[in-house]
Order: sequence, then structure tokens, then C-alpha cells
Amino acid sequence: MNMSRDHFRILLPVLSLVVLLAGVFYLQPRAMSYFGLNLLFNLAVPVALATIAQMMIIMVNDIDLSIGTFVSFCACVTATFVQETPLLGYLILLMSIGAYAGIGALIHYRNLPAIVVTLGTSFVWGGLAILILPSPGGSSPEWLHAIMKSKPPLVPMAIIASVIIGVLTHLLIKRSSFGVLLRGVGGNDRTLSRAGWSVLKLKASAYGLAGLFGVLSGMALIGLTTSADANIALRYTLLSIAGVILGGGEFTGGRVSPIGAVIGALTLTLAASFLSFLKLSPDWQIGSQGAILILVLAARLAFAKREAQQ
Amino acid sequence: MKLPSSLFASAVAIALTVPQLATADTSGMSIALSNNYAGNSWRQAMLEVWEANAKDAVAAGTVKAADTFTTSENQATEQAAQIQNLILQGYDAIVVNAASPTAINGAVKEACDAGIKVISFDGIVTEPCAWRIAVDFKKMGGDQIKYLSERFPDGGNLLEIRGLAGVFVDDEIHAGIEEEVENSNFTIVGSVHGDWAQDVAQKAVAGILPSLPEIVGVVTQGGDGYGAAQAIAATDRDMPTIIMGNRQDELQWWSEQQADNGYETYSASIAPGVSTLAFWVAQQILDGQDVPKELVVPIHTVVADTLAESLASTPKGSVANVSYTLDDARQTIEEAKGG
Repeated sequence: MNMSRDHFRILLPVLSLVVLLAGVFYLQPRAMSYFGLNLLFNLAVPVALATIAQMMIIMVNDIDLSIGTFVSFCACVTATFVQETPLLGYLILLMSIGAYAGIGALIHYRNLPAIVVTLGTSFVWGGLAILILPSPGGSSPEWLHAIMKSKPPLVPMAIIASVIIGVLTHLLIKRSSFGVLLRGVGGNDRTLSRAGWSVLKLKASAYGLAGLFGVLSGMALIGLTTSADANIALRYTLLSIAGVILGGGEFTGGRVSPIGAVIGALTLTLAASFLSFLKLSPDWQIGSQGAILILVLAARLAFAKREAQQ
Repeated sequence: MKLPSSLFASAVAIALTVPQLATADTSGMSIALSNNYAGNSWRQAMLEVWEANAKDAVAAGTVKAADTFTTSENQATEQAAQIQNLILQGYDAIVVNAASPTAINGAVKEACDAGIKVISFDGIVTEPCAWRIAVDFKKMGGDQIKYLSERFPDGGNLLEIRGLAGVFVDDEIHAGIEEEVENSNFTIVGSVHGDWAQDVAQKAVAGILPSLPEIVGVVTQGGDGYGAAQAIAATDRDMPTIIMGNRQDELQWWSEQQADNGYETYSASIAPGVSTLAFWVAQQILDGQDVPKELVVPIHTVVADTLAESLASTPKGSVANVSYTLDDARQTIEEAKGG
């Protein structure tokens, strides 16, 4: 059998998603419909976008602790400025992407630990979100709401969106030469710089891309919730890291899988629904969610060992 | 209990001839409670009283099921996903204590569109298709001054203990107190933040006491009355009338003082049992009754006559509770219609 490492890597996330989906369908046959799939997965779309954002950072051997508050900030901007004064709103979002790229450049330039810098910026984004929206409110731009609530024929919006996100980022990261360079930063940045590439620029681009997907995540979230709250997406920080790892990514070496990351995000969302359908007591739910994660990661370790033996 | 069969038959005959009460139609329906947080004694009590009430209601055949679902992280996106799961599970009504007044609106709208009735209480949602059972915190503040005006028609000096600075609830209760003080003979001579905690309140009151003239009353926000009493008892001042907030330690102290020297006061708070009120309102909506979208939670008061009973039924560290009934829900609905 001639299976590449990448194919092997994607097998486990797909398998865990299928097993969980089968479990959900067994517990709740009503989910096995257009309407049901959409309800199960529509809130996974912003999580998937945030996971892709996190993946961009993990790809260059860093970690982003600010993505949750950043998505909250973008959601607040979308529900207020973008809705009322679109031009100013988009300008703010554009500037925040620039800020992300700037943070990336700074981290590389001063050789700072990303975990500390992003922990710091997470408070900045959180503070800005509260400044923009001191009390919950705002509303979604009409077109955004229309897209997120659209009912395309045959396949629910949530599935189509996930496929588009996965395929587009796969082409960008895995198939383009730019993607090879970006992954190279995580793999061996010295070789890259000796070959004449500017690691500073590449790292800034990776962070800029993360900012872009963070913005998209915040916008998608507002399209679904229709209204914002300064704390709306705090849990995305940890969810996105878990999603990347669950999807076959690794913390070092630029080894990431965009399609895997999207599947990881869907799996995490589904795991919560699965536990809810089980009618498990909430006291046990966090623990069980953790147990599912550990199970998948343990399976991955076993896979990796066999891979190494072959 | 065993009834003679003829008596039973005539009872059935009578039951059939009187107009049907609103219980028959909802027997096949189920209600879910979507709760965002269970990490304090108030929320624990809220869930317990819901479950006890639900058990009775299911046994009596009023509804088919009334299950509770609590999110583990107190996050809006998590609760939105939970509500979408509840839609899939086919509940007829969802009672919500929301993590955010706005951020779960999308999921609430999905539920409404699927024909599910959504009733929010305590932590309400702004989505227009949902019902709201909100707490009137302003009235909680105003009622304290009204009570004191009855006790001291000539007025006097008051100390105000506020809650956590910058929180909506604190502003509302304070506004209610201020509004009512303007129409009375009282003057607020001092104000401290007690953060709804006995130890913080005790320190704050002890700190401000030396600078105060004689005070006749202390207006509070709940969770701070016992601390204030401790601080004042440590001085040689006469004990003013301290408004209590239904906490067990506050009721305990009041009851000891009552036995000692006939101390009089009044205690009020929102009972965790408001979840059961939401249950019965949901049941009434499912039953097809005309229920206004905006309802107000009744304030649960403890007075001298009910003190012993309330204290006995309140566990240590908890707050006085009450399980609301169908009649209470009907009354709340009628009041909302009248207003």
C-alpha cells in the first residue's frame, strides 16, 4: 500500500468524526436530516475559521493565546461599526489584520516568546471589545446574516462552508509555493534565511493570515448569533488549539493539516452535542470532553508508533 | 387512599362537568431547561427546586418530561450549540437562563422558527420571539425605603451598602433606593461597597461607622446584612434596622435578635425557585394561554411571621427559597397583562 504520510495523518481525524457522527445519529435520528446537520454544525463554522487562524500560528512554531478575545473583538466590530458605518468598520478590521502581522513581525524581530506576547495582546483585544460594546448588543449586517442562514439545496450551508474553508486553505498551505515557504518557517527557518528568504516577512504573513481568519471567524459568528457580546468567543482559544492538534497538526516543525484542522473543529463541536444527547450530567461533561480528546490523541500516538516502525 | 367506588364515580362525573383546567393539553409535551452556570449555591438551589417540581409535574401527567441541561463553561457559544441540540431533541418549550442577553439570539430564533416556545428568566435574552421573566431590581431597592418609611414615618439617617461597583444589578438597586429616598424623609449619610459578601461588607461598614451620625437604618443589596450587623455590634451604637437579603446567616442572626430583644426588620431577594415559575409559565404558553412577552419575577420577602419557617427550610450557606405553583404563574401573567 502506497500511502503518503499526509494521508495517514488525516485518517484519524476523519475516523473520529465518523465514529462521533454515527453515535449522534444513533442517539438522535432526527439529526440525520438537512435541518439536523445544519443545527449540529453551523456553530462549528466560526470555530473552524478560528482553528485555521490558530493553525497559521502553530505552523510557524508559535502559539496564539489571544485568538478567542480577537474573535470576540472582531465580532463586536462587525455588530457595531460594520453594521452602522461599513467603511469605517472594514477599515478597523483591516487594521486589526495589520496589527496581527505587526505582532508577528515583532515576535520574530525581538525574538520574543509568542505565548507571552499573545497572552498580553489577548487583554488588549478583550479591553477593546468591551470599549466598543460595554453592554451586550449590536446587530448583524443583513447580508452576513443572509449568508449564514442561507439554505442551499441538498447540502446545508454549514457543510458547504466547512468544505470551502478546508479546500481553500489546503490549496494555499499545501499546494502553493508560498505555503511551502510558510511551513518552512516552522520546519527550519535558518535554512530559509540562508536561501535568501526574509523570515521576518514570512512570519508577519503567517500572523496576518491568522488575523484574516480571525476576522472571518468573528464575522461568521455574528452572522449566526445576530448580536454580539464582548465575551462571546473566549473559549475559542483553547478550542482552536485542540482542533489543530486533533486534526493531525503538531506544535513544532510546521507540520499542519488545514483539512484536518477543519475536521478537528467539527469533531470538537460534535463531541459536545454527543455528550448532550447522552444526557450526561454537566458535572461530568468537561471531564468527558477531555476524555474524548485524550482518547483520540492516544490513538494518534499509537498510529505514529506504528508509522515509525514501518 | 381508598375511595368508595360510587364516590369516585361521582367525583369523576363532577370533574367532567366543570370547565377543564389547563393541564390536560400539555401532557404529551416536554420542556427543557437550558442553564448556563451551576457553580454557586443560588444556581444549585435553582436546579434542585426545578428538578423536584419537574418530578411532581411529570408524575401528575402535566408534562411528559422536564429535563435540565447545564453548559460546563458558562460561555454563550456553548449555550447556543446546546439550544440547537435541544431543538433536535424535539422539546416543545425551552426555558433559558442565558449566558448573554444577545449572543444566543441566533439559536433562540432557530428554536422559535422550529415552532418551539422559548422562555428566558433571570438571565434574559433580547430576541423578540422569546418570553422574558425579568427581575425588577429597581423595585427591590425602592421597597426597602417603603418599608423603612412605615417603620420610621419621621425619617432619619441611612447607611447604604452597595454591591459590586460597575455591575448592572448594583446600579439598578441603587437607582431604586435613590428614587424612593427623594420622596421620603430619609437622608443617606454614607455609602460603601459590600460586594454582596458578608466579610467585605463588615470591613467596609466598620471603616465608615466612626464618621457617621446616628443612623436608623441600613439599606442593603443582599449577602451583606450579616456583615453590617457584625460591624455595628462591635461598637456601642444602637442596632439600626438592617434590611436583610434572605441569606441563611442573615435570617439566623435576625431570628436570634428577635428572640433576644424583639428586633424587627424585613428581608427580600429573588428566590432560586424562579425557575419553577418559568416552568409553569412555559406550561401555560404550551397550553395555548395568552401570555404577554414581558413578565416580572415576584420578589420573595421574609417577614417576622414567616421568619422561623423560612430559616428552617434554608440550608446553611444558601438563600431562602420557594417553589412556585401554577397559580403563582397565572398571577404573574395576570399582573403583566394589567400593567
